[in-house]
Amino acid sequence: MELYQLTAHELGRLIKDRKASAVEITGSLLDRIEKLDSSLESYITVCKEESLKRAQSVQDKIDRDGPVSPLAGIPMALKDNICTMGIKTTCASKMLENFVPPYDATVVKKLYNSDAILLGKLNMDEFAMGGSTENSFFKQTKNPWDLERVPGGSSGGAAASVAAHESIFSLGSDTGGSIRQPASFCGTVGLKPTYGAVSRFGLVAFASSLDQIGPLTKDITDCALVLNAICGYDSMDSTSVKTDYPDYTKALVNDVKGMKIGIPRDYLGEGLNPDVKRAVLDAAETFRRLGAEVEEFPLPITEYAIPAYYLIACAEASSNLARYDGIKYGYRAEKFTDLLDLYRQTRSEGFGNEVKRRIMLGTYALSSGYYDAYYKKALQVKTLIKKGFDEAFEKYDMVIGPTSPTTAFKIGEKAENPLEMYLVDIYTVSVNIAGLPGLVVPCGKDANGLPIGLQMIGKPFSESTLLRAGYTFEQNTEFHKNKAEI
Amino acid sequence: MEYEIVIGLEVHSELATKSKIYCSCTTEFGGAPNTHCCPICTGMPGVLPVLNKNVVEYAVKAGLATNCTIAGYSKQDRKNYFYPDLPKAYQTSQYDLPLCKEGHIDINVDGKSKRIGITRIHIEEDAGKLIHDEWETGTLVDYNRCGVPLIEIVSEPDMRSAEEARAFLESLKAILEYTEVSDCKMQEGSLRADVNLSVRPKGQKEFGTRTEMKNLNSFRAIIRAIEAESQRQIEEIESGGTIVQETRRWDDTKGMSYTMRSKEEAHDYRYFPEPDLVPIVLEEEWVQKVKESLPELPEARKNRYISQYALPEYDAAIITSSKVLADFFEAAVSESSNSKAVSNWIMGDLMRILKDKDMEVQDIPFPGQYLAAMIDMIDKGSISGTIAKKVFEKMFQTGKDPESIVKEEGLQVVSDEGALVSVVRKVLEANPQSVSDYRSGKEKAMGFLVGQAMKETKGKANPQIINKILRDELK
Repeated sequence: MELYQLTAHELGRLIKDRKASAVEITGSLLDRIEKLDSSLESYITVCKEESLKRAQSVQDKIDRDGPVSPLAGIPMALKDNICTMGIKTTCASKMLENFVPPYDATVVKKLYNSDAILLGKLNMDEFAMGGSTENSFFKQTKNPWDLERVPGGSSGGAAASVAAHESIFSLGSDTGGSIRQPASFCGTVGLKPTYGAVSRFGLVAFASSLDQIGPLTKDITDCALVLNAICGYDSMDSTSVKTDYPDYTKALVNDVKGMKIGIPRDYLGEGLNPDVKRAVLDAAETFRRLGAEVEEFPLPITEYAIPAYYLIACAEASSNLARYDGIKYGYRAEKFTDLLDLYRQTRSEGFGNEVKRRIMLGTYALSSGYYDAYYKKALQVKTLIKKGFDEAFEKYDMVIGPTSPTTAFKIGEKAENPLEMYLVDIYTVSVNIAGLPGLVVPCGKDANGLPIGLQMIGKPFSESTLLRAGYTFEQNTEFHKNKAEI
Repeated sequence: MEYEIVIGLEVHSELATKSKIYCSCTTEFGGAPNTHCCPICTGMPGVLPVLNKNVVEYAVKAGLATNCTIAGYSKQDRKNYFYPDLPKAYQTSQYDLPLCKEGHIDINVDGKSKRIGITRIHIEEDAGKLIHDEWETGTLVDYNRCGVPLIEIVSEPDMRSAEEARAFLESLKAILEYTEVSDCKMQEGSLRADVNLSVRPKGQKEFGTRTEMKNLNSFRAIIRAIEAESQRQIEEIESGGTIVQETRRWDDTKGMSYTMRSKEEAHDYRYFPEPDLVPIVLEEEWVQKVKESLPELPEARKNRYISQYALPEYDAAIITSSKVLADFFEAAVSESSNSKAVSNWIMGDLMRILKDKDMEVQDIPFPGQYLAAMIDMIDKGSISGTIAKKVFEKMFQTGKDPESIVKEEGLQVVSDEGALVSVVRKVLEANPQSVSDYRSGKEKAMGFLVGQAMKETKGKANPQIINKILRDELK
């Protein structure tokens, strides 16, 4: 067994027992990246020297005081839309190809304070827009289970790097499923926390009311450890919530007896791949066997979640991305005739097609005369979706279902059909619209041997419930032990 | 035909908070370009705004002082447009749920009182500044002003003349100064106004088509722009034309306005709720506390000056039109029983000196107590009125107290008879004609001789003593 194959909590034990040093572990990961990443392409930037230097100083600290934090000395990587001081943060866009933030995101500060080691920055769909990492300006990350397939997205690099042991854990961002879907495609654990549980300060915005940073990990225990490190109120983020954040490792209990679990019937209908459906129903059976009460229930207006999501997300994106105009930030066109032309050329050359498509959609939806028909309507749907979940959580402790209608698809398969690509988000977007936590755990494989992820949805700030269920599932199944052979 | 002018104003006022609206950068005016900014106010990718609570408090103060209703629930919105001085490409403002609405201010023109409605007051952020011409390579941006908090005060179209518009602005300015919501320094852009103006035949009920004029940076410019624009519209109508709804830019040096953009070219700002900020929810109790903390407002103070210090209404209105001036007056009368003299000095010499020196009231380099001390010296006879004028000028030059100036400059009145006798004799020797005139009964000659003696002593002699010596010598 190589060091890079271990989980954070296993490595933490080795560090504590002085059986491995932060420098050795970091070196092991860097070697792995060097060997593998030319074909996997999950990293945009690898911080080789900085990570070794940091590992040495963390090890010195451990030698002096012992490992104070469970993440001390653990190498990790970040999706490239999370700002890192002095390290390029590109959002996988030509627009920000050379953007070096002068500050750290709050989550980065927190991870540094936990003595985690930053290995580098991970590939993604440009500005987090997409579900396959095919929209990156720089490279195509592959799925570690099958290099001809996509890793999912937009946090494709974050999922692939964990699944292929190029990082011990990673942080992604999830606006409509961008942590959960790639976690499902790559067979890792992925959590989108409750909106407001993790500070967004330093996350380059896609859709502010939906974006949330969360961990991708090898197992549920690591997920709890990372969540402990990154969650909490932040005075720099007005939408961050002041509440008591528990110690999530306390939720790692192998017991779901009496837990009430609902499966939305509308999540098992047309368009769902039969292998995925079978795996989800098997998972339900597992929970039942372990003492939980599981039943199907109707979750109305699921069909409006996608249009509402794309209207809200694109409207906010059209405003959030307006600052990339060639004046202060990022790329500027070389040739232009006047100010308007400067804007036009810069944005035509600097953004990829999907980003342009969404900016146009959002601009249209907010335009005078269309606002009421589109944006306002979408906000009304948002209220109804919230209500639907509120009602469900009066009956159930947790809602489970598929993460994505299919397993990882082939690179290029959907690239020419944006609408088909949008429909893939059907089971994930409602969770963002309602601001709920969503946890994905591996729950099986399809006929091609590709991983399937089970999605578990809870009421706001019920991460402990989800982690407990996830932990119990993990303890009683073998799916998480299946690793990509790469 | 006789026309009526209809004017509504949109006033932008910079709040006097120490830090910006969404970050902790200073709001101090000036500073080398791009030294008063940070990743947040320059909209760096990834940053988030956090609303400065003082901004809400100051805006609520302005609302309460102008009789507005304060919204228990309001929100902030993004106003989207591209311009190089706006690094986020949107301005955070308030759209459909402003902080304050439905207020009014009472103004006074030609002795008649009139109520001008306030439609709304909302908070928003300022943009940066483009600097042209200083560099050959083109235009540069100074982001220091980005995120400086502003309130926009929108009036109802209740004004009918330039005088009413001026009176409204002066009242508003005084209120904002009194409440310390804004320092209202127009030359620093702390108070700016856009004018919405239309004309209609007198007696007609419907409003005419209005234009909006921007770039008005002084009271004088606002008055001139109103006069020029109403004239332009009347002439246009008289010559058979129609008024086009448009935004016009005032050029104060040329005294003319130009079309900036027509209604068709108007921006679609695509307002939507700012998702990075939470709604502003105010508790009634808190609003009540702010209300109780409001200081005495200009109108109340004017009335008090009339009753307490017996000032003429005109003087009281002028003195209370500026909080700094009114505070100066109060400082002076707190140490002087001669409030009439304090008022006279302020209305006369003080105003004249400010005008001559092109100074603002806040630039007066000494406290009101010094004026009280000077008046006291006059009343006690230790300086003459003439000398006092010189001392007052010196106080403006040096900021020193009158006692020190009198001492240093040797301006104190000479009452020593022995010293003055020789002066009187010198004057008598030099003016034999006046001496004989006096002796032949012309009392007028006495006045001339006293004047000569005062002149000889550069005004420092006690005129009563001079008079006495002269009469003795001429017996």
